[in-house]
Amino acid sequence: MATETLTMGKALNRGLRRALEDDSKVVIMGEDVGKLGGVFRITDGLQKDFGEDRVIDTPLAESGIIGTAVGLAIRGYRPICEIQFDGFVYPAYDQIVSQVAKMHYRSQGRLRIPMVIRIPFGGGIGAVEHHSESPEAYFAHTAGLKVVSCGSPQDAYTMIRQAIASDDPIVFFEPKRRYHEKGVVELDTPLSAAEPLHASRVVRPGTDATILAYGPMVRTALDAAQAAAEDGRNLEVIDLRTLSPLDLGPVFESVRRTGRAVVVHEAPGNLGLGAEIAARVTEECFYSLESPVLRVTGYDTPYPAARVEEEYLPDLDRVLDAVDRAFGW
Amino acid sequence: MAKGESKVGAARPPAPGPSDGAESRIPNADVPAGGFVQLLTPDGDHVDSVTAADGTTYSVDFTDEEYRGLYRDMVTVRRLDAEATALQRQGELGIWASLLGQEAAQVGSGRALRTQDMAFPTYREHGVLYCRGIDPIMPFGLFRGVDQGAWDPNEFKVNMYTIVIGAQTLHATGYAMGINMDGKTGTDDGEAVIAYFGDGASSQGDVNEAFIWSAVFNAPMVFFCQNNQYAISEPLERQTRIPLYQRAAGFGFPGVRVDGNDVLASYAVTRHALDRARNGEGPTLVEAYTYRMGAHTTTDDPTRYRIASEVESWKAKDPIARFRAFLGKQTLADEAFFAEVDAQANEVALNLRERVLEMPDPKPLSLFDNVYPNGSPHLDAQRDQMAQYLDSFEGSAH
Repeated sequence: MATETLTMGKALNRGLRRALEDDSKVVIMGEDVGKLGGVFRITDGLQKDFGEDRVIDTPLAESGIIGTAVGLAIRGYRPICEIQFDGFVYPAYDQIVSQVAKMHYRSQGRLRIPMVIRIPFGGGIGAVEHHSESPEAYFAHTAGLKVVSCGSPQDAYTMIRQAIASDDPIVFFEPKRRYHEKGVVELDTPLSAAEPLHASRVVRPGTDATILAYGPMVRTALDAAQAAAEDGRNLEVIDLRTLSPLDLGPVFESVRRTGRAVVVHEAPGNLGLGAEIAARVTEECFYSLESPVLRVTGYDTPYPAARVEEEYLPDLDRVLDAVDRAFGW
Repeated sequence: MAKGESKVGAARPPAPGPSDGAESRIPNADVPAGGFVQLLTPDGDHVDSVTAADGTTYSVDFTDEEYRGLYRDMVTVRRLDAEATALQRQGELGIWASLLGQEAAQVGSGRALRTQDMAFPTYREHGVLYCRGIDPIMPFGLFRGVDQGAWDPNEFKVNMYTIVIGAQTLHATGYAMGINMDGKTGTDDGEAVIAYFGDGASSQGDVNEAFIWSAVFNAPMVFFCQNNQYAISEPLERQTRIPLYQRAAGFGFPGVRVDGNDVLASYAVTRHALDRARNGEGPTLVEAYTYRMGAHTTTDDPTRYRIASEVESWKAKDPIARFRAFLGKQTLADEAFFAEVDAQANEVALNLRERVLEMPDPKPLSLFDNVYPNGSPHLDAQRDQMAQYLDSFEGSAH
């Protein structure tokens, strides 16, 4: 079995390359994805090897990227659309919500739009406005879309390939601040033998409280659990991986054991993923809970200027503070 | 059916840059400033050909039977449209978007499509669907509220109706890019795509993005804009300061205005544009200058925003009346033929009515069907909850 140590960015690149090799109908579209290889270099080298018809530098208009990808999908292609930054997806919102998400339903199953919309998301990179947002709840709220986020190089490699192979339209959130973090990636596991795409997973077993995270916050949650262990608290960390549909079976099982749950995400708390998770955990685990489900999230403000973003973003200390509050209830 | 061809044909490359419509040789006070391609006057007088400012000569070459067929198409789609409006008034449809007045633009362009061509309609292209040989009942599920389209675009070579204004022009453009990628352009039997939209849609970002994409990717596209003068209540002047066809020049492809109430010109111009596209010569914008004789939809009241005399002036340019006059003047048809066409259209409409009334309401639990190709455990659980809830009622049979 071939394993390599790869950054998450490189793992995504390798996954995309595999998908282009495996299926001639797979095409990549986006701004600067060709010669430049994308502003984060995720598509580096792909246009050179697969040609301008398969790795398409598009005009600079996001609705056009998604709208033409819908047409290509009707024609039988499997488009992978790159939205350059989270905050630039909104011009395409109508096409994603009203067209991509609803074509299958509208056609009563006669039409499939096997599209992947890749969105580098989240903050922590010191960027200017519109480059650090976490818009996942907008899409998770829309029936007809599936929404996932990868938290490790291995998941990046596997999940992007699974998303491309799936006939469901999938919004794929990539934690841009983790693009450069490295991990060992098993490259040859068949997709059929890999963890399913729409499955959450315990990434650190524990007994005292359950920390739920996805994307960039998985690393933060793991770091918090490490720190808590030094204080004698044994935290379980679950990487949600799939945001729509949520896979809460493992979460319920965990919370019934630990009695405490803390949801962590960068997106604002108000009506975010954490609110839905708290409601459903409460419904399913009511008699096991020792405290309410707590949330550690971005504040309900616009994403702030870079010099203050560390105050806005959940971090290790804020996670541990929430754990303390759960124990103090 | 039709064999009409542009005599210039697709082999001739278009003049670069803007075209200026056409100089009609027929003096006609009703021609908009800048002219348009017209082969049939409102009085039913036919000219053999007309040459546009860019040098393209348009003409048709139909058999007598094909001429009569165009008349039958227009009469039938108008009769079906009237039946649909009646069905809505009787509470059998939730809403109807009438094509009244736009029969020539739709039948002319619809018949200009070759078998392999793909169409992306709005929600008003009932006449185009009819010309594709599609059972006229197909869009009625949407308007009755028993489905939201429910057909396979690839089976009928017509996308489902698109209600969001202009969104389909991008889908059409992407599909056309796929034709290029499949190597299906560059020959006389290549494939082409037509996207329908209206004067209101011309203001939408998606339409303008579709123009850009089609131009830079040289997509085999025909943008067929039915300028029916109104976007619900807003007149053309609220959407544009220049004739719509002239917009194409800024995007780098030809634009041509055609008399959209002239089925022959609508056919000739569309066929020529489609053949250019299939031969690899890129997109064309066709502005079919026409008039929405009825309301925007059955929910609309046009007396609030336009005067009766305007509607009357357009009645004098009616697409069917002029074609009937033409057939009479050319002795291509007689009263017996017209009566037979009316009778047959009536029969098609009554048959449609019967079948619309028989359309079953969807079962409650079917609202969970086909949200995702691969399903969702979350939705499965919700469906089970709804089933249990429905079962809790005595005598429930969902």
